Amino acid sequence: MSDVADRVKKIVIEHLGVEEAKVAENSSFIDDLGADSLDTVELVMAFEEEFGVEIPDDAAEKILTVQDAISFIEAANAG
Amino acid sequence: MTASTKLMAGKKGLIMGVANDRSIAWGIAKACADHGAELAFTYQGEALERRVRPLADTVSAPIVAECDVTSPDSMDALFQTISDTWGELDFVVHAIAYSDKEELKGKYVNTSRENFLNSMDISVFSFTDVARRSAPLMKEGGSLLTLSYYGAEQVMPHYNVMGVAKAALEASVRYMAADLGPDGIRVNAISAGPIKTLAASGIGDFRVILKWNELNSPLHRNVTIEDVGSSGLYLLSDLSRGVTGEVHHVDSGYHVVGMLATDNAVPLAELLLQYKKD
Repeated sequence: MSDVADRVKKIVIEHLGVEEAKVAENSSFIDDLGADSLDTVELVMAFEEEFGVEIPDDAAEKILTVQDAISFIEAANAG
Repeated sequence: MTASTKLMAGKKGLIMGVANDRSIAWGIAKACADHGAELAFTYQGEALERRVRPLADTVSAPIVAECDVTSPDSMDALFQTISDTWGELDFVVHAIAYSDKEELKGKYVNTSRENFLNSMDISVFSFTDVARRSAPLMKEGGSLLTLSYYGAEQVMPHYNVMGVAKAALEASVRYMAADLGPDGIRVNAISAGPIKTLAASGIGDFRVILKWNELNSPLHRNVTIEDVGSSGLYLLSDLSRGVTGEVHHVDSGYHVVGMLATDNAVPLAELLLQYKKD
């Protein structure tokens, strides 16, 4: 598992207060982990802070799962 | 801190507009609580309640109430609760504003009547309404504080109708300072520099705005909710007993600057090039 994936999962676990075992790559923040719409905004803000990347609104709207977040951050860091 | 140095010991304050622990209102509330104030919090809707309650619990707030500032019934209920619980009030923090996010893009001139009226109602009239309802409870005088932004004075990108609303809010601070001054009630605003809050997440290019302020402001840094909290503590406490009708800038001094900071010309050029690329 990549370093980015670990850090993304850690943020998700802490922010949503869910058990580590529940958080998989394909977990949907809203459908599987009980996030509401404000949680998704707060998660995006937390990812931006942790990884020093900017996630524009149109990209943020497409980050629905743990893997979506990992992919966006890895692509942003590579670019 | 000893009791004698606690600036807010024995004071009771209403905090409106906390969304989460990044909120400017929370920075002010925390500073007041650390100095011995007893606090009441409001929230709107269940999603915000889940965020506000745990924070309110950390400062042992006796009142956590739902309030929709556009509903007279909801405001009646809130002030009834305050009256029943405390019977008096010493200060209020008003950190509430709204615009349709879609109208914080493009040109101000295209603002719809509906969003204009709604923005003015929630962002401006609500403070006047809160002040009018608070005044009778402030028997020993009091302090009312709202939050503004430099976009009230000068054109800032994307701020649009919020800039117009904040200009009206700042004018209302001056009129209410005159109205309520004879009763010992002071009315002030803090014009805070940009801070990455939940509300700011609705503003486009916010990261560029933050970096621009950091590079150009005299202090060469952005302000934090703790910075605003400390200044808010001053305006809400008796330290500022001779101050009313003021719009106090907590912005690292950005509002005094007339041109970009030449000592940061290179990073500013890089920032602008990046802006163009996006």
